[in-house]
Amino acid sequence: MVDQLAPAVGESTVEVLEHLGVTVQFLDDQTCCGQPAFNSGFRSEALPVATRFIELFERAEGPIVVPSGSCAAMVRNYYGDLFRGDSNMSQRAARVGERLFELTEFVTKFFGTSAISGELNESATYHKCCHLLREIGIDEQPIEMLSNLSGLDMTPLERADVCCGFGGAFSVKMPDISSAILGEKLDFIEATGANTVIAGDTGCVYQMQGGLRRRDSNVKVIHIAEALAKSIRNVDSTGVSN
Amino acid sequence: MKPITANFRSKAAQTLNNAQIQQSIEHVYTGFFKGRLNAAGDTPEWEELRTKGKAIKDHTIAHLDYYLNMLADNVEKNGGIVFFADDAEEARQHIIDLAHKREIKTVIKSKSMVSEEMGLEKAMNAEGFETVETDLGEYIIQLANETPYHLIAPAVHKSRTDVAKLLDDDFKEGDPVPDATELTMMARKKLRGVFERADMSVTGVNFAVAESGSIALVTNEGNGRMSTTVPRVHVAVMGMEKIVPSIQDLSTMLRILIRSATGQRISTYVTMVNEARKTDEEEGPEEFHLVIMNNGRQNLLEDPQMRESLNCIRCGACLNACPVYRKVGGHAYGWVYPGPIGSIVSPVLTGLKDASNLPSASSLCGACHDACPVKINIPRMLLELRWRTAEGSTDKNEQTSSAKERTVWKMWRLGMMGRKRFDIGARLAGLALRPLSRNGWLKKAPPPISGWTSTRDFPLISSGSLKSKLSKRIGRSK
Ligand code: SF4
Repeated sequence: MVDQLAPAVGESTVEVLEHLGVTVQFLDDQTCCGQPAFNSGFRSEALPVATRFIELFERAEGPIVVPSGSCAAMVRNYYGDLFRGDSNMSQRAARVGERLFELTEFVTKFFGTSAISGELNESATYHKCCHLLREIGIDEQPIEMLSNLSGLDMTPLERADVCCGFGGAFSVKMPDISSAILGEKLDFIEATGANTVIAGDTGCVYQMQGGLRRRDSNVKVIHIAEALAKSIRNVDSTGVSN
Repeated sequence: MKPITANFRSKAAQTLNNAQIQQSIEHVYTGFFKGRLNAAGDTPEWEELRTKGKAIKDHTIAHLDYYLNMLADNVEKNGGIVFFADDAEEARQHIIDLAHKREIKTVIKSKSMVSEEMGLEKAMNAEGFETVETDLGEYIIQLANETPYHLIAPAVHKSRTDVAKLLDDDFKEGDPVPDATELTMMARKKLRGVFERADMSVTGVNFAVAESGSIALVTNEGNGRMSTTVPRVHVAVMGMEKIVPSIQDLSTMLRILIRSATGQRISTYVTMVNEARKTDEEEGPEEFHLVIMNNGRQNLLEDPQMRESLNCIRCGACLNACPVYRKVGGHAYGWVYPGPIGSIVSPVLTGLKDASNLPSASSLCGACHDACPVKINIPRMLLELRWRTAEGSTDKNEQTSSAKERTVWKMWRLGMMGRKRFDIGARLAGLALRPLSRNGWLKKAPPPISGWTSTRDFPLISSGSLKSKLSKRIGRSK
């Protein structure tokens, strides 16, 4: 999704990591972890794609960073179900899973929430994407990270931990329900008066942005990688040491 | 109760467009959900209690036969009569026969979801027994001729005006609406007479304790206690999973149940029933019957992927946490159990084919799993059921996916199995959509994403993939 729909999120992720002194490698051959098909129940279609994902990332070394709590949850929490009954693949999936982190989780774990001190002149609010929050367990850390950026005026979002209604194929399969949930989210967003919403998953970013556009709202929704990368660019700092 | 799970989509749409219900149902979040959070926050050992609760239920369900036998033996030792019912019909018939034999005229019911499975109130009224719900919410639902909307708050979707219309015979549109206390007093006045003439009661069971043969009932209105003491025959009905081994376990379970349900530390009433009146006692019913119902639960028990759902203590916390339930309401789910727990048990108890929309009606946000006092992993089971409907993974007859859907996912897989195809596929999609877009967004997209653009703009595929953008920037590797 990031690759084709939101390459800027991927580029920003690389920028943030390089700023922190991480040497980043991008595996050209990658496509998808298989989650869309898995979540829709088509496990036999998801299986080869997930297998491909594992084989590919087994060939690289070091931590794997994804700018999505949802993809991280798939690999870490649901590959076990997908490969149920195949102990060899389950073990290989678990080993890849141990190396895999969501971006803000990775930054928090290895650099701390105050490692990035850029500048971003916006008024913003933060939405807690479901899988990052409940599957990966990253809650207030991104907000701490953002509060470290100068110029950024953060307003708390009411019910920040309630779903935006995206849910992958759910958003297309049951658009009326998905949109009703979104409507409540957008009301709370507009009530903050912020001009930017920051969130951790591209699907949710587009769900909220797509809904806001339909409301003729000027509020922008950006991925946290973009917010962090932009803040780094703004101060043009040389960053943290290796 | 006859399942109408197949109507999920249309029922949901009705509720989405009902502003009054949308407003009334907010209470499950502002009242119950927040209440649970506060209660959990005030309980330092909360997570330990949850872990313990889960362990108790795991253990009990793994040894269900053993504990059911122990329970039945001990109830009988206490002088009670136990009946095992295979299904709802058998349970209902048993209770109706008993009422006939005892020449019962008036039956009072205290809240029980299992009796909803039996459709008991309607059936008994049809048999000529005056049968009245005594839980205020259930009473309102009975007067409205509806089914419960929520596990612990059956009438949560009703506005005060709705309730006034049902309870106050003189109420006319435009009259000042009586407040909650006045409404409760009206119901109380109507129900008192019924309590006085009732000669049989049917209550639910929150927990049955195997080692003592007792049942525990949790209520806030005292109607449960009246029901277990006033009429001469007391029939308690339970699903066969509603059992804990010991009194000590009961104490753990009550603590998590009540906090999770309403946010209270303890409910106003916790009633324990051990036995009927002994010959030298002056109060209490003359007979105590316990009906233990299977009604498809054996299917859950024998299904390793779904068994965990038998751990449910029917607290309603997953409903309160669920963004979908809060929008589509309780009736959309089409059977006794609404919300996330309903979406996993109804398909197994009433048939996945008709209920195939229930597991799909979730954003997989995980709020239910997070809220559940016994940590039932509902999202995992929703995904399991989606697998069954998509591919007929356990039974080909359960497959309800369309040929079109199957083709879409097959194409998707083909596109994902090589980077070149992935890029070409995305480029083609981008080119096809470009003429329809403005400033990088689409107002109206063709299938299969047309559903999205009914309410949201859709982002255009980027003009270059991440791969192409990064190739200039960083080291690449194959
Ligand atoms: S599934 Fe869990 S949260 Fe939902 S009603 Fe049952 S016990 Fe309560």
